[in-house]
Amino acid sequence: MAGKTLYDKLWDSHLVKQREDGSALLYIDRHLLHEVTSPQAFEGLRLAGRKPWRIDANLATADHNVPTTTSERAGGIAAISDSVARIQVQTLDDNCEAFGISEYKMNDAGQGIVHVIGPEQGATLPGMTVVCGDSHTATHGALGALAHGIGTSEVEHVLASQCLVAKKMKNMLVRVDGELGIGVTAKDVVLAVIARLGTAGGTGYAIEFGGDVFRTMSMEGRMTVCNMAIEAGARVGMVAVDDITLDYVKGRKFAPTGELWERAVANWQTLHSDDNAVFDAVIELRGEDIQPQVSWGTSPEMVLPVSALVPDPEQMDDPVKREGATRALSYMGLKAGQPLTDIKLDRVFIGSCTNSRIEDLRAAAAVARGRKVAANVKQVLIVPGSQAVKAQAEAEQLDQIFIDAGMEWREPGCSMCLAMNADKLGAGEHCASTSNRNFEGRQGNGGRTHLVGPAMAAAAAVTGHFVDVRELMSNETA
Amino acid sequence: MKSFKQHTGLVAPIDRANVDTDMIIPKQFLKSIKRSGFGPNLFDELRYLDEGHPDQDNSQRPLNMDFSLNQPRFKGASILLARENFGCGSSREHAPWALDDYGFRAIIAPSFADIFYNNCFKNGLLPIVLSKDIVDSLFLALAENEGYELLIDLEQQCIVLPDGTSLSFEIDAFYKQCLLEGLDEIGLTLQDKESISAFEQQWRKDSPWLFDVL
Repeated sequence: MAGKTLYDKLWDSHLVKQREDGSALLYIDRHLLHEVTSPQAFEGLRLAGRKPWRIDANLATADHNVPTTTSERAGGIAAISDSVARIQVQTLDDNCEAFGISEYKMNDAGQGIVHVIGPEQGATLPGMTVVCGDSHTATHGALGALAHGIGTSEVEHVLASQCLVAKKMKNMLVRVDGELGIGVTAKDVVLAVIARLGTAGGTGYAIEFGGDVFRTMSMEGRMTVCNMAIEAGARVGMVAVDDITLDYVKGRKFAPTGELWERAVANWQTLHSDDNAVFDAVIELRGEDIQPQVSWGTSPEMVLPVSALVPDPEQMDDPVKREGATRALSYMGLKAGQPLTDIKLDRVFIGSCTNSRIEDLRAAAAVARGRKVAANVKQVLIVPGSQAVKAQAEAEQLDQIFIDAGMEWREPGCSMCLAMNADKLGAGEHCASTSNRNFEGRQGNGGRTHLVGPAMAAAAAVTGHFVDVRELMSNETA
Repeated sequence: MKSFKQHTGLVAPIDRANVDTDMIIPKQFLKSIKRSGFGPNLFDELRYLDEGHPDQDNSQRPLNMDFSLNQPRFKGASILLARENFGCGSSREHAPWALDDYGFRAIIAPSFADIFYNNCFKNGLLPIVLSKDIVDSLFLALAENEGYELLIDLEQQCIVLPDGTSLSFEIDAFYKQCLLEGLDEIGLTLQDKESISAFEQQWRKDSPWLFDVL
């Protein structure tokens, strides 16, 4: 008999009921909420006269449209200058208060981007089912959890019933063996995977990331990888539990302790795919083949190694790809055959649920140290993922490195990843961004996003154009 | 939720692959705490020549007349014909809310992004997957025939073309039932509340560290 995959195990352990029509009721352990996708769900509960099923399963925080300047944050909600955003942040507070849901409010010490604070606080744990009204919820899969994004109707559904109506997905293994070269990061790995799979290649699958590269990767790196599973179309990304996972979880605020910890660990150690598990699809890459990546187009699959040239749509056989690339080059203001290193940047954004953890800030600071932002770069935003990350970075004096380089050190939030607040691109501006989506207008109407890792973003900030970060690193060792 | 049984309507095209949810409804409109009113900002960046903001009088804004929905022949369309991977990107349900608020009842495409596909059913919107070849032929027919209408019959799982040809489509049995009857999915789940409670009780015994910590 074939063994089970990690996904099979997590699915089976949370299955409340398999219905005859093929749908199933899946029990949800942790429900994360934020201000943008929850107000209509709470309103729905009220209109139907329903109450949350299990209050202690829910954790809320304000992240998507909170301001990130210290001056605007200092005044609390009343000082949020965007009146529509202010109402939304206030509504989250009001709803959490009314329903008794735990919340990290805008200026609380535990506040941050929902996908940063979950693991950081130990509020998301291995073996859990985790949902949130946000497509980057797969981030928590890095812990060996089954985590995915849901819509607002499902937010209401989970609040009311602690369950989700779900259909089992297919299993995909993305295996990266070998070793990553120096200067190649988790972000480069996941961008290379998306380039291979395409933006819809993972649709209908739960992806498990396996192989040497993920086994040796830090938890922060695993979160970066799982975070972007949705950019390959997969709602779920996961990494099996190992000692790196357990070391990360131990001692976190909401993690079990004492005898409960021992029991939990015994359970979590089973959270890996069996040796004889069968996957519906397997994709393999070699770590040595992955170079620092830069996206050139308007879909995360439009990405290449930094040494590459902007591709020529005329050379593409697939008419859909050709048309997409033609449109993308026109939107991005790029020419076929142009080296990616020739692209000049107007702004740089280091942050988002993909790359705003302490390891990311350390990587960016290592490049920024002793350098200055290039003259053609108007603004470099460094937005830590959470208050805890911010405090840690300040304890390590990373903030001073950024400030000395001419960069802006901001308050935690989603910021320019989706540009719901004042942090956004102007029309036609090129931005090196550590976020997850380069869609048209994503970071501001007419803005041109290039997805990169944090060290690559910092390198672009100090040189004014894309550069292979390894060139700056070799200067340091020389 | 409103039900969907049979619908006849005018078809409008959006002829590009990977239409993402930022394109369907840009982020500045997500700050609303309501479910309605998103229709005038559907495809905002494609539809208007200026930059859209919430609380704007959209009737005064300059239209991009190259965009299909602004062309007189597609006025009043209720069926959207789209390309691969429609609705990719974020989980925002504002995307189906905007399509619904505009007046769309169904979307036909060769493929949809998972979360968007799911979200449609919660809002009485029917996403229909047809093969790429058939979608190509519908785009051609639409380009050649002004006033191109389709009849969609969910019960029979078929689309009837103007010439009487019938195309069948697949749909999940659960979703079909929910749409046909306009079912309240939460109410349906809560009919199983005893199963949920029993599961939860056992789960609490097996994994006590997951409870009562927040």
